[in-house]
Amino acid sequence: MSDQEKEPLFSAKNIKLLTGPLDKNNPITIQVLGICSALAVTVKLKPALVMALSVTIVVAVSNVVIAALRSYIPDRIRIIVQLVVIATLVILVDQILKAYAFDVSKQLSVFVGLIITNCILMGRLEAFAMANKPWPSFLDGLGNGAGYGLILVIVAFIRELLGSGTILGYPVMEKIGIYSIGYENNGMMILPPMALIVVGLIIWVQRSRDKSLIEK
Amino acid sequence: MEHYLNIFIKSIFIDNMIFAFFLGMCSYLAVSKTVKTSLGLGIAVIFVLLITVPVNFLIEKYVLKKGALIWLGKGFADVDLSFLTFMVFIAVIAAMTQLVEMVVEKFSPALYNSLGIFLPLIAVNCAILGASLFMQEREYENILEATVFGAGSGVGWLLAIVGIAAIREKLRYSNVPDPLKGLGITFILTGLMAIAFMGFMGITL
Repeated sequence: MSDQEKEPLFSAKNIKLLTGPLDKNNPITIQVLGICSALAVTVKLKPALVMALSVTIVVAVSNVVIAALRSYIPDRIRIIVQLVVIATLVILVDQILKAYAFDVSKQLSVFVGLIITNCILMGRLEAFAMANKPWPSFLDGLGNGAGYGLILVIVAFIRELLGSGTILGYPVMEKIGIYSIGYENNGMMILPPMALIVVGLIIWVQRSRDKSLIEK
Repeated sequence: MEHYLNIFIKSIFIDNMIFAFFLGMCSYLAVSKTVKTSLGLGIAVIFVLLITVPVNFLIEKYVLKKGALIWLGKGFADVDLSFLTFMVFIAVIAAMTQLVEMVVEKFSPALYNSLGIFLPLIAVNCAILGASLFMQEREYENILEATVFGAGSGVGWLLAIVGIAAIREKLRYSNVPDPLKGLGITFILTGLMAIAFMGFMGITL
């Protein structure tokens, strides 16, 4: 704790932990973590938002727990310990969703459970929380959760708008009267393959803007 | 017999783990650089799915479900342990991968050397946990159905990763726009492959 007190809570380094994953170090487009659940829940904006929130909470809290325990965890069994911490948190999230947002929980179906094997969690725990203090780990978790959520929301926004003509269930396309001039919803957008292609395009845009991210 | 064949075909082509549900994408993207390694990982995934899905099926049926513990006595009829599902499934998967690793190491060192590094990774592969959770959600009736479903999902996953690896090997000779190189083009290719696989939709035997 003594080190912690010398360093202000929101030092430049800590701020960077929070904002880095939003762009240059994005978990989905750069670190390639957590794709599994990212794509399946992006047909509509609402489940995507719920998913983003759930993952952020689980990453942040599990990062703190593991960071606090890091010197007590034997190296050989660390994966199991991490899985247990994650699974406990995911069970909590799942039960809360079932109690307070049952329809969303039904839409997300198995994907809430799959947060457990979401690579972002294991990735951040292994790469960051095992070697850092709880507070930076918490920020790192929040940042990565937010970076994950950002991509999720962008993809879901595009797919819901073009696929169903709505945003959060509100019929935007109908209100601006675009159907009367012959516009049709693109049914393709709702199907799974388009999620992959939309993410591919996001990666394209991001890497064209920032040449340093281009793979050799 | 046809019923089982139907489940098998369906889980390979229509409900393909990667193209329809995006499960196991992380290792799919990371390991699909050469056909040889991706074939190794694919086989390991089939292996683990073949074991974990039936085991989790039995646990679900005789321990976790509401009233499943009735074989212990009348008093257990109301016990509902389903909230423990995630914890138990992931523990079974982690333990089983460990076990498979040890068995393979003992009886087939050659296979172990080719799969070695991938086996521990499989414990956190979403496709494995996903298959168990789908097995639970779809309420398969007996253990054979669950096993067939597990095998089919594994074969579907293998098909997808070997396919993309073969394309990526050839891709080295193509002129891809710089910002799309690597990850970007892989996503788009997977999307196109998924569209092709959608042609199987609605097939029943």
